[in-house]
Amino acid sequence: MELLKLILRNTLRHKLRSLLTAVGIAVAVLAFMLLRTVVTAWNAGVEASAANRLITRHAVSFVFPLPYAYRDRIARIPGVERVTFAVWFSGVYIDKNQFFARLAVDSNSFFDVYPEFLVPPEQLAAFKRERNACIIGSEIAERYKLKIGDVMPLEGDIFPGRWEFVVRGIYRPRDKTTDPTSMLFHWQYLEEQARKQKSSREGQVGWYVSRISNPEEAGSVSSAIDALFTNSPAETKTETERAFQQSFLSSMGSVMTAMDVMSFVIIGIILLVLANTMIMAARERTHEYAVLKTLGFTARHIFLLITGESLILSVIGSAVGLAVTFPAVEGFQNALPKGWFPIFYIEPRTIVFGTVAGVAVGLIAALIPARRAMSIRIVEGLRYIG
Amino acid sequence: MPPLIDIRNVSKSYRRDSLEIPVLRNISLEIASGDFVALMGPSGSGKTTLLNLIAGIDRPTEGSVTVAGTDLTELGESDLAAWRAQHVGFIFQFYNLIPVLTAVENVELPLLLSGLPKPERRAHAEAALAIVGLADRMDHYPRQLSGGQEQRVAIARAIVTDPTILVADEPTGDLDKTSAEEVLGLMDRLNREISKTILMVTHDPHAAERARSIRRLDKGELV
Repeated sequence: MELLKLILRNTLRHKLRSLLTAVGIAVAVLAFMLLRTVVTAWNAGVEASAANRLITRHAVSFVFPLPYAYRDRIARIPGVERVTFAVWFSGVYIDKNQFFARLAVDSNSFFDVYPEFLVPPEQLAAFKRERNACIIGSEIAERYKLKIGDVMPLEGDIFPGRWEFVVRGIYRPRDKTTDPTSMLFHWQYLEEQARKQKSSREGQVGWYVSRISNPEEAGSVSSAIDALFTNSPAETKTETERAFQQSFLSSMGSVMTAMDVMSFVIIGIILLVLANTMIMAARERTHEYAVLKTLGFTARHIFLLITGESLILSVIGSAVGLAVTFPAVEGFQNALPKGWFPIFYIEPRTIVFGTVAGVAVGLIAALIPARRAMSIRIVEGLRYIG
Repeated sequence: MPPLIDIRNVSKSYRRDSLEIPVLRNISLEIASGDFVALMGPSGSGKTTLLNLIAGIDRPTEGSVTVAGTDLTELGESDLAAWRAQHVGFIFQFYNLIPVLTAVENVELPLLLSGLPKPERRAHAEAALAIVGLADRMDHYPRQLSGGQEQRVAIARAIVTDPTILVADEPTGDLDKTSAEEVLGLMDRLNREISKTILMVTHDPHAAERARSIRRLDKGELV
């Protein structure tokens, strides 16, 4: 018979109470992990942003276009290595519930500036050769069972008309932070159609992306770009990709902050649940602890008994919560409309934090009851009637 | 030969809010090794307090308590705990077994502090249970035992470390007559056959008759 056996037996003494406590911890850990994963998914664009990319958009709003003529002027600024641009096409594929990014891009430069989109060279070459070709993300290909050579018909909204694109490439994301759900096609094709339709969007792009040689010069290069177009009909605002992503997310900022705070409040709730159980358990056993002290057990032994029990409950609860999180995250993602969170995965640091929080909660929850049980005098403990 | 237990000018008082409540007043007592002493007296006379001081689970307000050559008033908490583990076996009125441990595990409990390897601990615990006649109840939990059997397990737990003294606080107070006789017979045997020094607090004159000597307390003083 070892002390550990006594700790285990104590843990199972009130099976229902221990079970409910462990389940409570598991649910709280699950909620914590889910919230953290949603926050992570929301911030994924920020996390994925490259330090050496600048975004130039219309100074008034992202929705206003910029002249195509800006491209060469931006490219001449010292520190700018490569310039590309894109247009938000929008459109409807199958029905309005099928959401993913559809962008018209400069096929000659886009993949140089975005090396995280991995396209086989022969597919990229085929894409560049064909005017109405497109490249789609691997997840889009999987979701809609698309393969090379298939036609993707889109109903235009910002750019009216029926558009047909031939899938000539499927890109794979370089890592988990890269969006695998984009559809990219030639801006030149869009421009041709705009010209034919004499659209006001002729000769316009949505935004520019500049790859710079030194990320530390991002501030000065941004200022230089914006200075070029001061007092023009389309003044620009240039910022790092990270700042751009953050400003893009700012409309949901308070909701995300609330979710962020809530995820940590949940840790506090776990702590209270477990502390409550341990305080009850230790109070009920005040008499037994006094008996153990009488037999020669010290305050350190009492501390180990209470902390051990608390740790067992917290570790079991946390382990169950963590184990359930993986299928829950998958189910959560499946339940959401496709495309809401193109990047949705449990970050390793979220797992580490969940685990550390579970263990820390086990230790902290034991402190108050352990301190009380350790300090109570034997004669008072023996007289205690629980 | 010096006495095994030497109590000199011991007083004990408790504080309740601003009130100082004296429990023992200037007690001096010597108990020889191998003695079996019954402490008697009315409720509130200080019997259990005196027993607690001798057993090292409480400290006197004044005076000294020396047991087996050690002045308990000079020991710190952890030293006192180690001393208790080595020198004192406790028998409580309500047995105080740990309900989630079997009889043999309860008896083995004090040996966890001895540093003995597990097989030896187990052998000692089984031997102690055999002494109290419960070899066939080793794997029973306290709830599966009668009151008398529980108290015999408690006695086995008290003797398993071969302590210098056995202290018993109303050991028959919660037992029927037959069980009480069994427990008293067992204590009597331990005293006669292996010369275990026993101090027993009791209200029961019949139980006290088993002791070799009876000391009476009244209002915190030996009479």
